Amino acid sequence: VSLSVVLLQGQHAALAIAAVVIIVGVPLWWRTTETYRAWLPVTQINELAKLQLQLSVDVEVVFARGTLTPEQQKKVPLTQTQDEEHMVDEDTALRYRYETRYRTATIMEEDALNQPTAAEADLSLHTLSESPCGSVVVYVIPEASSLLPEVVEVYIGQRRTAMLRIGAQMRVGRTLKQLLAHLEPRIQQVLQVMSFSHSDITAALSDRVRPSPGNKESLADSMRAFKSSPGYEITFSLLNPDPKSHRLHWDIESAVQNYIQPLLTKLAPVANFSIDSQILYYAMLGVNPRYDSSLSAYTLSADSLAHVINPVEARLGSNAASSNPVLNFLLYVPDAHHSPLYIHDHKKQKVHSNAFHSPRWGGIMVYNVNDFYGPDPVFPMDINISMAKVMGVFLAQLRLLLGVQSSATPPGFVVASCGSAGLADWELDRLMWSRTVENVATATTTITSLAQLLDQIGNIVINDNIAQQVSSTVTSLQLAVAELEAGNLGFALQYSKEAILASERAFFDPSLLHLLYFPDDQKFAIYIPLFLPMCVPILLSLLKMLSEARQRRKEKQAKRD
Amino acid sequence: MPRDKAGQFFGSGHTNNWAVTCTSQFWFNYRHVANTLSVYRSVKRLGIPDSHIVLMLADDMACNHRNPKPATVFSHKNMELNVYGDDVEVDYRGYEVTVENFLRVLTGRLPPSTPRSKRLLSDDRSNILIYLTGHGGNGFLKFQDSEEISNVELADAFEQMWQKRRYNELLFIIDTCQGASMYERFYSPNLMALASSQVGEDSLSHQPDLAIGVHLMDRYTFYLLEFLEDIHPASTTNMNDLFKVCPKSQCVSTPGHRTDLFLRDPGSVLITDFFGSVRKVEITMETINLTSPVEQVEDK
Repeated sequence: VSLSVVLLQGQHAALAIAAVVIIVGVPLWWRTTETYRAWLPVTQINELAKLQLQLSVDVEVVFARGTLTPEQQKKVPLTQTQDEEHMVDEDTALRYRYETRYRTATIMEEDALNQPTAAEADLSLHTLSESPCGSVVVYVIPEASSLLPEVVEVYIGQRRTAMLRIGAQMRVGRTLKQLLAHLEPRIQQVLQVMSFSHSDITAALSDRVRPSPGNKESLADSMRAFKSSPGYEITFSLLNPDPKSHRLHWDIESAVQNYIQPLLTKLAPVANFSIDSQILYYAMLGVNPRYDSSLSAYTLSADSLAHVINPVEARLGSNAASSNPVLNFLLYVPDAHHSPLYIHDHKKQKVHSNAFHSPRWGGIMVYNVNDFYGPDPVFPMDINISMAKVMGVFLAQLRLLLGVQSSATPPGFVVASCGSAGLADWELDRLMWSRTVENVATATTTITSLAQLLDQIGNIVINDNIAQQVSSTVTSLQLAVAELEAGNLGFALQYSKEAILASERAFFDPSLLHLLYFPDDQKFAIYIPLFLPMCVPILLSLLKMLSEARQRRKEKQAKRD
Repeated sequence: MPRDKAGQFFGSGHTNNWAVTCTSQFWFNYRHVANTLSVYRSVKRLGIPDSHIVLMLADDMACNHRNPKPATVFSHKNMELNVYGDDVEVDYRGYEVTVENFLRVLTGRLPPSTPRSKRLLSDDRSNILIYLTGHGGNGFLKFQDSEEISNVELADAFEQMWQKRRYNELLFIIDTCQGASMYERFYSPNLMALASSQVGEDSLSHQPDLAIGVHLMDRYTFYLLEFLEDIHPASTTNMNDLFKVCPKSQCVSTPGHRTDLFLRDPGSVLITDFFGSVRKVEITMETINLTSPVEQVEDK
C-alpha cells in the first residue's frame, strides 16, 4: 500500500474523529452536565414584584327615622365610591376603595333601634341580618336619641355595626350632599377603627418596606405582636416554687374550654392553635423581690421584670415537633415567705392585673394566695385557683400578643366589650385585613428574592416540585389580590395563606443548597485533565492536514505557473 | 415619663436573641472546643436559653479517651474554670458538623423532620450572634479537616437570611488564622464582624497545659472570655469596648472589625444586645372581666 493512501486514510480517520467529537461528543457532554432547571414563571413574578394592592371595603350607612328631611329622603338610596391612593415606595402602591351605600332604615331596623340602651339595640339589630366579613354598617341616629349618653357620639358594637349620632344643626335646609359631606369625617374615623387605618397597613407591609424610624408607639406595636404564621402553640404553665406550703389546684382544661377556646375558634380562619399546659415545681423567679414595709408586702419593680423571664424559660420546654411560634403564659404563685407579691409600674404604683407581658413571647401573672390562709394555717394548704380571674388577664395578654389591637379610640367614641368570644367581629376583620396584606407582602418578597437567587446562581438545580410550588404561589397571590379588590376578605385571607405556605415551601426547600458556590477555576481544574489529553492529538492532526492542504495548493499553483 | 422609658426599651429593635457556635475536629484542637464552650457559657450566663442556642461541636473533648480529666474542658492551665459545666446542650455533634449543615441552619433549608432544637427559628426581630473558630486561611474556614466554607458562601448565606428577614442585627465573631478575610465579602445590611487576626497573620494559642498535653485556648477568645466575665445582664458596656479586647501586645495578631454595614453606631450597641437576652417587658394594663359580660376594665 502506497504512502499516500496511508496518509489519506490517516487524514480521514482524524477528520472522522474530529467530526464525532464535535457533532456528537460536545452536545452529549453539554446535555449530561447541565443542571436541571425547571421552568419558572419569571415574568409573572416580576409583575408581582411591583405590588399594587386595592383594598375594597363595603360600607352601608343607614339613616334612622328623624335624621333625614323628606326631600333628602327622596335622593336615597344612593351609592358612592371613594378612592384613597397611597404610594408607599417605588414598588408598592396602595388604593383604598370605600363603596358606600346610603339608605333609610327598614321598619324592623327601626324597631331594633327603639331599645333602651345601645348594647341591646346592637343585639337586636344582629338578629335581623348578618354582615359579610370585611363590611361595616353605620346607623345614623337622630341628635335627640336616648340610645347614646350625652357626650358619646359613636358607639361601636360587638359585630360589625356602629351607631353614629347626627349633629344638631344638620337637619334644616341642607341638601343631601352637604349632609353626607358633614358625616364624611366621622364615618372615616369609624372605618379607621373598625376596618384598617393607613398606619396599620403600612405596618403590615414591613417585610417589603422597611418602616421609617418614626413613631415609637407604632414601632412598639409592631414589635409586640407575633408575625403572621399558619399556626401557634400556646402553653399555660403553673409555677409553684413552694409545694411544701401550697398544694395548688387549677382546673386548666375547663378554663381553656370556657374562656380561651371560643377566641381561638373565632380566630380559626387566621391560624391554627394548639394548646398545652404544665405545672412546674420549685421554679423560682430569679429576681429577689424587695420588702415594702408600707404595704407589708413584697414588690417587684418594673425594671427588674426584664430579668425574670430568662431563668424560667430554660425550664419551660416546648413541643419539639413543630416550628410554630410559642406563646407562653405563666402563672406564678409566690412562696409563703414572699407572699403577698405585687408588681409595681414605673410610677411605683401597684399594677391592678399583677401581670406583665413580653413582646413576641407571652405573659406572666403573679397570683397571691395569702388571702386563702385562715386564722390558723396548716401547711401544706389546698388552694383552688380562681381561673376566671387568671384567664381574664391571660386573655387580654393573648389579644395583645396576637395583634388584636385595641388602638386608641378617638374622643367621643365608646367601644362595646368584646363579647363572650373575647373578640368582636370587627376586631377579627381588622386582624384579617392586616394579616392578608402581611401575607401577600411576605409571599411576594419571598418569591421575588427566590427568583433573583435562582437567576444569579446558574448552578442551582431547580426541581419540578419547586417550580410547581412557585407556580402555585403565583396563582394564589394573583387570586388573593383579586379577591382583595373585590372586597371578599375571607377568600382573600384564604388565598394569601395558601400563597405564603407555598412560597415558604419553595424558598426553604432543602434541595436548593447544592452547588451553591462553584467557582470557575475549580471547573477548569476538573475538565482540563479529561479533555486536554484527548483534544491535543485531534487538534494537532487537524492542523497538520490544514498545513498539508495549503502546501498542495501552493504546489498546484506553482505547477500552473 | 413612661413614654421615654418605652423609647429606651425599644431602642434596639430586637425582641429575642440567638447564638450559633461552631468548631473543628481532633484532640489537638482541644482549644477550639474550649473557645466555643467558653462563648456558649458566657451567652447562657447572660440569659440566652438553650432553646435559642445552636451549638455545634465537631469533636468530643470532654469524653475523649485522651483527656486526663474526663467530663471537663478547661480554659486556663490553673483549671479554675470548667467551661463544659453540667448543663451543656450540644445540638450538632461530631460528623453532623458540616458546611452543608451549617449553611442549612443559617438559611433555614432543613428537612422537615429536623427537630426544633436543631433549627434557627429567628425572625425579623432577632439579634443573632455567630461565633466560628477553628483553622482558617485567606478566604476560607476548615471544617472537619476535609472541607471548607468560603467567605463568598458565608456572605451569600447571610444575604439569603436578610432576604427572608431572618435577623434584625447580626454579630459575627471569628477566631482563626487570617480571620479578617472571612468578613471581607459581606454585603448585607446590619452585619457587624470581629476577627482575631488580619489577612496574612496567624491567630495564636494562649498557653499549653502540661497535664492535659495540649493548648487550652486561643488568645483572642481567652481575653474575650475575660472581658465577658465582667459583663452581667444589666451592664451597659458597649461594642467599642469589645473592639478593644486583646490588643496586639496581648494577642500578637491584630484583631479587626467591620462596622460599615451596621446601621446603628457601635457606641450605642450594648454587649447584652447580642451576648445576653434582655427581654423587653410591658406591664399588662388591661384585663377582661370574665365573670360578668359587661365592661372591659382599663387602667391607663
